[in-house]
Amino acid sequence: MKLMRSISALAAGVLAAGALAACGGGDSDGSGEGPGFNAAVNEVANVSDKKGGTLRLASSDDWDSPDPGNQYYAFAQNFSRLYGRALTTFKPAAGKESLEVIPDLATGLGTPSNGSKTWTYKIRTGVKFSDGTTVTSKDVKYAVERSNFSKELQLGPKYFKQYLVDNEEPYKGPYDDDSEQGLESIETPDDQTIVFNLNEPFSEFDYLVAMSQTMPVPKAKDTGLKYETAIVSSGPYKVDSYQRGKQMTLSRNPHWDKNTDPIRKALPDKITVELKQNGDDIDQRLLSGDLEMDIAGVGVQAAAQPKVLAADQKPYVDNPVQGYLRYMALNQHVKPLDNVHCRRAVQYATDKVAAQTAYGGPLAGGDVATTVQPTNLESYQKFDLYPQQQAEGGGLDQATIAKAKQELQECGQPNGFSTKISARSDRDKEVAMAQAIQQALKKVGINASIVQYPAGDYFNKFVGVPDYVHEHGIGMILMAWAPDWPTGYGFLQQIVHGSAIKPSGGTNLSELDDSKINEALDNAISNTDKAARTKIYGEVDKMVMENASIVPLIYAKALLYRPANVTNVGITGGYGGMYDYLNMGVE
Amino acid sequence: MAAPIEVTGSDSEAQPESVLEGMQGKKIQGRSLGQIAWMRLKRDKVALTGGGVVILLILIAIFGPFFVQDPLAYHQNLIDPTYSRPKDGIWHSGISAEHLLGVEPGTGRDMLARIVYGARISLLVSFLATLLSVILGTILGITAGYFGGWVDYLISRAMDAFLAFPLLLFAIALVGVVTDGSFGLSGNGLRVSVLVFVIGFFNWPYIGRIVRGQTLSLREREFVDAARSMGARNGYILFKEVLPNLVAPILVYSTLLIPTNILFEAALSFLGVGVIPPTPSWGGMLTLAVPLYATAPMYMIIPGMAIFITVLAFNLFGDGLRDALDPRAK
Repeated sequence: MKLMRSISALAAGVLAAGALAACGGGDSDGSGEGPGFNAAVNEVANVSDKKGGTLRLASSDDWDSPDPGNQYYAFAQNFSRLYGRALTTFKPAAGKESLEVIPDLATGLGTPSNGSKTWTYKIRTGVKFSDGTTVTSKDVKYAVERSNFSKELQLGPKYFKQYLVDNEEPYKGPYDDDSEQGLESIETPDDQTIVFNLNEPFSEFDYLVAMSQTMPVPKAKDTGLKYETAIVSSGPYKVDSYQRGKQMTLSRNPHWDKNTDPIRKALPDKITVELKQNGDDIDQRLLSGDLEMDIAGVGVQAAAQPKVLAADQKPYVDNPVQGYLRYMALNQHVKPLDNVHCRRAVQYATDKVAAQTAYGGPLAGGDVATTVQPTNLESYQKFDLYPQQQAEGGGLDQATIAKAKQELQECGQPNGFSTKISARSDRDKEVAMAQAIQQALKKVGINASIVQYPAGDYFNKFVGVPDYVHEHGIGMILMAWAPDWPTGYGFLQQIVHGSAIKPSGGTNLSELDDSKINEALDNAISNTDKAARTKIYGEVDKMVMENASIVPLIYAKALLYRPANVTNVGITGGYGGMYDYLNMGVE
Repeated sequence: MAAPIEVTGSDSEAQPESVLEGMQGKKIQGRSLGQIAWMRLKRDKVALTGGGVVILLILIAIFGPFFVQDPLAYHQNLIDPTYSRPKDGIWHSGISAEHLLGVEPGTGRDMLARIVYGARISLLVSFLATLLSVILGTILGITAGYFGGWVDYLISRAMDAFLAFPLLLFAIALVGVVTDGSFGLSGNGLRVSVLVFVIGFFNWPYIGRIVRGQTLSLREREFVDAARSMGARNGYILFKEVLPNLVAPILVYSTLLIPTNILFEAALSFLGVGVIPPTPSWGGMLTLAVPLYATAPMYMIIPGMAIFITVLAFNLFGDGLRDALDPRAK
């Protein structure tokens, strides 16, 4: 869920984008004969093994932290693999293939035992840190302990804390607890073996250890929060310098051995990242060839859209589904939306095309959504329980409106009703979407007044607090959801499982607590058969849509630009539909 | 009676009244301060134009909404879905006979209607806020200036404190804190009240200082002494002797405070703490226009021009008014 923070930060970036950027045309040395529009979406484009050169990246924002144990942003997780090796990682590929988890620091995927409650990994021999010392399983254990249990490092996800068996006396992390054994549920019987003991069956543990939090950290070199400026690398590059808000530079790690690393190509000699750059300026430089990539991976600014879609530039553009859903949660406990027919009326009457246009249209906004799971997930199944038709000249047609009215009739609210729709005040496009929905609902007599809350407190103080939502009668809640790992469970559990309803900071905004859905998800995650799990996720999706408590709006998409000189470019589904940085090179 | 020096049949007979006659035979009249000011103002064409525009804007704000389209109605068919901007018109603004100022990107809402409704919010907030500042500033300024001593000290320090206040930050924080339903108000009623309060309540020292300074000099004047020696009470002196002499500066500075407040309201709306969408406001339109400056430039230019013209008109009128009422202040 926190992956969404990257989007919030960038939405602010869009706003801050000054009008001072140069207005020159995007002249490029591209002849208009690049690999083609969307060429990198389903397969890696510009495949090359040519080494050398400098890969120049930039961002309009900054890292949450470049410390692998203290980061959450999708681009940070993607990029940190250049200077760190987690037990597993996502396959450097494009399309569906990129959702596959493969071993990285480990020799193979995890071996489950004890009904998926115990996971064992073997670590490759001969892997060295940038200071020349050998990586052992204890460094991995230490990395998990510091990232999940210390009170200092708070920015990353806390899944290991949630799923690992705690010590008898709650473990306080390595900075407060200097005992030899540390967290007892992570065993390191020898330097190459690491065993995780979980408190419940969890069949997708390989996805959890793909997070940057299992990148080894040598205890002797750990400096807590300051480690982000003195990272000890285990990957092909070492961080030469990192200055918050300014820049980061990486150069080759002399102790990295290609023989221990079958997946990395390590092509450029040097990698530079400029931070806090003007978003429009980044686009200009991408188009003029002064920059290889916008590291944040959320697409070009609105100003550059017509330029990159012009015929000569379009072959260098990808427009992938980014793997997250923008939707409207309908709260089960706010009258009259407690009645399924009223919810279904909203499903029909919410003009999704208007919402899509308000969010930036089909290219920069996304595709109209009809399911909870986005199209790039393996467990996605295409269906539409509440089909809509557009009238000529815009708006929903009479047949769709009639269906909505029919549902209102069955709900006992033939003349419609009044409720509130919430959006994040600092996200202009979300507010624009709320207005479009408000306008569409008015046509069937549903009066939704817009309430806005700051994004920083949206979940902690407002819509994620059931008492607040009930008290203020907020029936409809706009939200965007990106999974922390790209499976149906990673996507669905946090937004439709009853256990995700919390007194504050919850993400199940519909307060959906259906025993059948809960059970199906619980059964799936303890099932080691991937195909069976995938099937269940598809079924859960249908159950949620029948219940009508989530109105899917758009499968988010972005316009990403890949300059002609960048090699091995592919859209990875493992990191929110941006380019995979693992094997990127320059020519 | 028939004196030799008498010239009969002449228009310019030397009579006592003739002293009061001007060159062309017009009578010299005693004129009030207001009349003199009006005469001066009439000669100032720039100020008159400003004043005319101000009146026009007020009329538009009051009656305009009866003549324009629904500012909330979507015209999706006028929007190019690829860039979510208007399909045609000057620089993709959708200007046509039906939509004289074009339509809004993403939604196709009529811009003219949104500008006219936006004028309502801008003028309403800035007038009410100015009124609040003037009332507070006058009462406190006159009290400080007239009574002096510790009262003056206290109020003057309060003015310093208010002037040092980080107003913009406070406004943003306040809107976050004052949630819907506070003070028995909700929705736009609450937002407008908060805006008026923030802008008005924190601007009073500007008026307050001027009123205090004027009162300081007025209270030493002979007519005040005379009133006091005749046993007039403080209340009488303040309201009947001092206040009437303050009307001119208060009027001038109110007129000059209004454009400042319009800009401040636009700034707050721009930062997302203005009125709640979909209610149109000029600052709010500018916010949405910033990322689109290259794809739909007119969307930024139109509300920008609306703010520019309004502020300029008020400023020109205010300057002219000051020159007319107090030429020495030039």
